[in-house]
Amino acid sequence: MADKVLMKGNEAIAEAAILAGCRHYFGYPITPQTEIAAYMAKRMPKIGGTFLQAESEIAAINMVYGVSSAGKRVMTSSSSPGISLKSEGISYLAGADLPALVVNCQRGGPGLGGIQPSQSDYFQATRGGGHGDYHMIVLAPASVQEMAQLTIRGFELADEYRMTSMILADGTIGQMMEPVSFDFEIKEAPEKPWATTGTGMKRKHNVVNSLYLSPEVLEIKNIERYEKYAKIAEKEALAEEYMLDDAEIVIAAFGIAARVAKNAVNAARAEGIKAGLIRPITLWPFPEKTFKKVIGTAKQIISVELSMGQMIEDVKLATECKVPVSLCYRVGGMIPSPEQVYAAIKEAAEKAGE
Amino acid sequence: MVVFERPHALVDIPLHYCPGCTHGIVHRLVAEAIDELEIEGRTVGIAPVGCSVMAYDYFNCDMIEAAHGRAPAVATGVKRADPENLIVFTYQGDGDLASIGTAETVHAAARNENITVIFINNAIYGMTGGQMAPTSLPGQVTQTSPYGRDVTQCGYPVKVCEMLSMLDGPEYLERVAVNNVKNVRTAKKAIKKAFQNQIEGKGFSLVEVISSCPTNWGMTPSKALKWVDEAMIPYYPLGVYKDRSAGIVPGAKEEAK
Repeated sequence: MADKVLMKGNEAIAEAAILAGCRHYFGYPITPQTEIAAYMAKRMPKIGGTFLQAESEIAAINMVYGVSSAGKRVMTSSSSPGISLKSEGISYLAGADLPALVVNCQRGGPGLGGIQPSQSDYFQATRGGGHGDYHMIVLAPASVQEMAQLTIRGFELADEYRMTSMILADGTIGQMMEPVSFDFEIKEAPEKPWATTGTGMKRKHNVVNSLYLSPEVLEIKNIERYEKYAKIAEKEALAEEYMLDDAEIVIAAFGIAARVAKNAVNAARAEGIKAGLIRPITLWPFPEKTFKKVIGTAKQIISVELSMGQMIEDVKLATECKVPVSLCYRVGGMIPSPEQVYAAIKEAAEKAGE
Repeated sequence: MVVFERPHALVDIPLHYCPGCTHGIVHRLVAEAIDELEIEGRTVGIAPVGCSVMAYDYFNCDMIEAAHGRAPAVATGVKRADPENLIVFTYQGDGDLASIGTAETVHAAARNENITVIFINNAIYGMTGGQMAPTSLPGQVTQTSPYGRDVTQCGYPVKVCEMLSMLDGPEYLERVAVNNVKNVRTAKKAIKKAFQNQIEGKGFSLVEVISSCPTNWGMTPSKALKWVDEAMIPYYPLGVYKDRSAGIVPGAKEEAK
């Protein structure tokens, strides 16, 4: 079946979650992601699922914690200020090694900020966001199709590694409509012998917990989790490469910024400038190997972001500062134009040619 | 012949509570109710943050440790994950339930979430060493109200049963105490009823247990039990505040004559 339907990015997330077997959604209204809640409110009662509008973002993420403890696929979604509120719960999910899917359809910040698209929660997402040493798997869709695809992948990864997957989208991709195919192969959720489903008087009680008062034990727990993270970094990092082979000017951009940048790369190529693009699809783990490939060939990397420069730090780390990296940005809900990115490429190419 | 045994639903390990603390009694009553209703194999308990944070080690049923105040939200998730099978209870102190978790408590009650809430009110933060609680009495001396709770500065205690009884949502609200044998027996009945209600699908059932904290009240255990009678119960009257199935619905306006 290759039939495509025209839908909003946010709706594609919701439909994909249902396909992935998610039957529990908890959320709280916030622009620009409320379509997810609206879609779930319509669909869940028809398929025996649960849609519940929680009293707060904090309650919603803790309801997620409850369903996940009971071994079921579960999700919540919000936008930037709401994700800050959920961060306590996300830290507890990490501490208790619980799988969950959290969607952040980003808007401009800080504070109440605005309701237009942004990528300024990159640090919050890729560094964990809440307290303590932990990571989430962070997936960055750049199309409505990817909103669906990465939602399904997010559930699979969350279950496989017993951790939170975050879809780090933005208001543009959440709101825009594109044709999307739901023709996916979906891995079923694995057995969860650790879940609190009732002992049935057949086994010792299961305990879902993040409290370890013994520092020796808590240290081991943290180290073990980071050993898992190292495996994920090795196996799961993902990026799209576009015209990279001979690229001298390399754009680094994810999500909506990458779509804009691709146009600029095409325009530069038409002018004979050897431009290319790396689009990280996983922001954590960061696709370091892809970036390392351009050390030696790239003369300049331009990080195009809807933030004051957050991913740029990971680009510098991945390339070990062996390639100059500059920033091309708009913030506060503004989006760089292809012309702005093209101008940055042209300037970099001229400098490189000097 | 054994005439008095540890309930099966309690793990056979020493509890960490202070001498004279009534958590042990309430743990036992909860475990007895679980045993008598034969629901241990399908019960999931949610522990709070506070003195009973390690309750997850003490009950034989599956257990979850929640973030501070969030137990009713976690319980909502667990219950919704398997509503036909699971019996879900939270066990929370006054700081957890009536301060940081007030929103979660009120809204779980308003939704008539089909869960059982065991609420320990000892008018103090125990685990952190005796700070003023939302339920500390006017004038009560604590570490953070060293001159006595000044109601002009910190306001008045939160009366949870009275407050929740004004909501249409909850099924059953009762306040009990465990400072003497008679009260313990009443508490046992209330706790069992709160679980029975859930089994019957009646909805949100909360039992507030007036408890004592000799360590942080700075009293001997026997003096603390007396203080429950002399100071706590007059401010927090015992009794059934709501029992919808039994027709006890306060706040309903009398019909005009």
